[in-house]
Amino acid sequence: MAKKEKPVQHPDYVKTPMDRRQFFARIAAASGIAGAVGYAGWAPENWPLSLKDKREPGMRSLISQKPKPIQLKDYRVERAQGIIADIGIARADRKYDEGGKPLEFEPEVLQNLLHAAVDQVGGIKHFIKKGDIVLIKPNVAFDRSPNLGATSNPTIVEQMIRMVLDAGAQEVRVADNPIEAPHDCFRKSKIDQAIANGGGRAYLPDSNSFQVLHTPGAQLIENWYFFHRPFTNVDKVIGISPVKDHNLCHASMGMKNWYGLLGGTRNQFHQDINGIISDFPLMMKPTLTILDGTNILMENGPTGGDPSNVRKGNVVIASLDVAASDSWAFENCLERRPETQPDYLRIAVEKYAKAAKPGDRLLDLDWKKPGRIKELHI
Amino acid sequence: MSEAVKLKPDGTRVRKFLRITNVRLLSQVFFFAVFVLSVWLTFTDRLEGYPVSRILEFDPLVMIANILSTHYIYRYLGWGLLILGVTLLFGRVFCNWICPYGTLHQFIGWLFNTRNGKLRIDSNRYRGMFYFKYAILIVMLIMAAFGSLQIGLLDPICLMYRTFATAIAPAVDMGLVEASDAAKAMQIETTVFDALKFKPGVESRVFQGSFWIGLMIVALVGANVVIPRFFCRTLCPLGALLGVISRFSLFRINRDVHKCTDCNLCLTRCEGAADPMGQVRLSECFSCMNCIDDCPEDALSFTMFGLDTKQVVAAPDISRRKVVFAALSGVLAYPFIRNHGVNTDFNFQGSLIRPPGSVEESDFLRKCIKCDQCINACPTNVLQPATWQEGGIEALWTPVMKFTIGHCQLKCTLCSEVCPTGAIRRITVEEKLGKGTYEEVGPIRLGTAFFNTGRCLPHAMEIPCVVCEEVCPTSPKAIQTKDMEVKDVYGNVVVLNKPFMVPDLCIGCGICETECPIKDERAVYVTAVGENRGTHRRMLLKHRTYADQAQA
Repeated sequence: MAKKEKPVQHPDYVKTPMDRRQFFARIAAASGIAGAVGYAGWAPENWPLSLKDKREPGMRSLISQKPKPIQLKDYRVERAQGIIADIGIARADRKYDEGGKPLEFEPEVLQNLLHAAVDQVGGIKHFIKKGDIVLIKPNVAFDRSPNLGATSNPTIVEQMIRMVLDAGAQEVRVADNPIEAPHDCFRKSKIDQAIANGGGRAYLPDSNSFQVLHTPGAQLIENWYFFHRPFTNVDKVIGISPVKDHNLCHASMGMKNWYGLLGGTRNQFHQDINGIISDFPLMMKPTLTILDGTNILMENGPTGGDPSNVRKGNVVIASLDVAASDSWAFENCLERRPETQPDYLRIAVEKYAKAAKPGDRLLDLDWKKPGRIKELHI
Repeated sequence: MSEAVKLKPDGTRVRKFLRITNVRLLSQVFFFAVFVLSVWLTFTDRLEGYPVSRILEFDPLVMIANILSTHYIYRYLGWGLLILGVTLLFGRVFCNWICPYGTLHQFIGWLFNTRNGKLRIDSNRYRGMFYFKYAILIVMLIMAAFGSLQIGLLDPICLMYRTFATAIAPAVDMGLVEASDAAKAMQIETTVFDALKFKPGVESRVFQGSFWIGLMIVALVGANVVIPRFFCRTLCPLGALLGVISRFSLFRINRDVHKCTDCNLCLTRCEGAADPMGQVRLSECFSCMNCIDDCPEDALSFTMFGLDTKQVVAAPDISRRKVVFAALSGVLAYPFIRNHGVNTDFNFQGSLIRPPGSVEESDFLRKCIKCDQCINACPTNVLQPATWQEGGIEALWTPVMKFTIGHCQLKCTLCSEVCPTGAIRRITVEEKLGKGTYEEVGPIRLGTAFFNTGRCLPHAMEIPCVVCEEVCPTSPKAIQTKDMEVKDVYGNVVVLNKPFMVPDLCIGCGICETECPIKDERAVYVTAVGENRGTHRRMLLKHRTYADQAQA
């Protein structure tokens, strides 16, 4: 049998075996990659650059981590020496025109009312220290002009900014998360002008301003998206709220004002409106709550829409106890009967008492107790 | 020696810096910047009366098409004559010196150009298919004459505004949010990213159909890699219009045949594919002056010369047969589209809710150029470009309101302020709310809200909720409640405020639909019936008032 011929190799084919250096280089590269991948996959979670799944069994298919909640601090200050009042009320007399219609207060009168109200509970210098960063939270929920009573009075917001800056604050921020388009609401309610004139800075909500807030003891918002961006490094918080009728919860005043800082699908909370409003004193412990009783929305609230819905009041309230001042305003500004008082006030006091630590200053609805109110007629 | 080349002392040739093509480049950058600025300025407090729609008002195709469809010149549309005048003087300078879309095409074509030498020269030769833009122009003008304005689909200025408003600006804003987050993570305190945003201080905006609008611009601009200035040469109806007129232009590219050596280098960067190396095509030439730069013999110039038929091809290169075919298509297109029947007064979609101040639908379709400036200006993101669903192909990309996304802010009239053609009339807040001199007429109604009581929490599920009533902005409210105390299935006593409509008072602002917590299919929703911009889509015979009752 003829020997099978070895196949003739093509003359251009050059046999180049791998030399040792190339071989080791390739082995090193492959080991390096294998090592890196192995490290990323199997190294313990807390080692740097480890990609090991950190989650407990059952949660492993979730890709996005739940964001870490933040917490707000307690912005209250101790009572001033010798002051026992929680509610400071300042009144002024309105001027009337020939037809008997009440005229608007001049800015100086409103400034004096504000000063007087805050003086009754200790004076602005007691609350604001030099170098503080102060956040003012007005009601800018709707694109309503100021005379319709649905938003905070811009003159009061401006005077508050000035007062706070005069007391030595480093920066004054004004923030709200309106229901309607933010730019339009700030502009039509004239609060953006007030901020510019007063020397403050406006914070409008946008995509990266919200983070989950943890409120221990809250019933509905224990963890909820909150307009947190203006709150970074803030020392003092002041709420400025109008006094309004509200079809669902009977009245929208100082306690409900904090609703404007919630994000997410906050319109679900109307299914338990008393539950949500009574959570706010746990969420926010402000330095001061200012109630503006000069443009009172008596009916068709909370949006109003007709100047005839508004009663021209003559009182400004500065309060350290939001439940008591709301209760006072319900009777004296909205002129309602105390028996029809909103349920959320009572529920808030109970909730707060349950969650409070020993020694904490509690809410107390009974404003009729002697000494709780200090009034001044200017 | 060419105008663009000078001799250095050591004998080498170098391109002059101050040549006409650099001036042109400056002009292109300037007008592009003006365009982007006008999109950026079209937002609530930035607007302040700036004429942000002026570029649209300068567009002569918008002017002529609107004259054909409405038989008059609306407000500032007469400015289109300026561009026509410039074209009669200098040819299609608009296409390469002013048009922002042309600038974009040229830039992308230059950036991604892979051709050199002969391939590049061949890519700029005239092709027969370039006649197509004239056919498109004929079809669109005929449709406009019949009463259906469709130029906005392909007009370059309308297209740019639309694409920027619905696709590019939201994309840029998204990027700026990421940059802002990164800065925050690195502890850098800066507001520059927020200040640059097209729409600051709002959640990221969405626009239905923005994928297709974005795809359209990517495809059309991407085509430059295959055929330079594909859109400008083949599809642009405004270019076609200017091409028809530039046959009479005073100045033109002229080739000195005695100097010319037929090297064809003038085609290297010819933007219009206008055959400068042969009989220059006046209706295609963009007056970009690149050929003058590139000619090594200095044989080309831009001068006033006679229209010698041996030297130029003045008219657009479209045969009579093609013109007739296009005309026929235009004549047929109108009844085919109109009789599609989804946008008639007896069969219209409830989702075709137009912005406040809109004229009635048959007039709207004669005026709207789909520039989407109204959508750009809207502060609540409620205005959306229509898809096929709302009004068929005829209403594609015209503005409609989508109340699941936003609502119509009560005292806002921004959309009416920026509309260049009057599809949305200029209205005051007084007219919108029906106050003062408009008390008799009443407010502008966009539609009417209806309850789907099977999905409403207090009606169907014994759960208290009444967000709709709370946010209704009218005074007195168009949503009232019947209050009822019940014991629910778990034994709790609850007070249910059951909402119902008072359609006489409803203005169709949609905030009830936006705020309803049943987010997938709202328990209260607004449809277009009851709108009062015309008479044919109304619902109620009369609007009752409390005053009537008092009289009775």
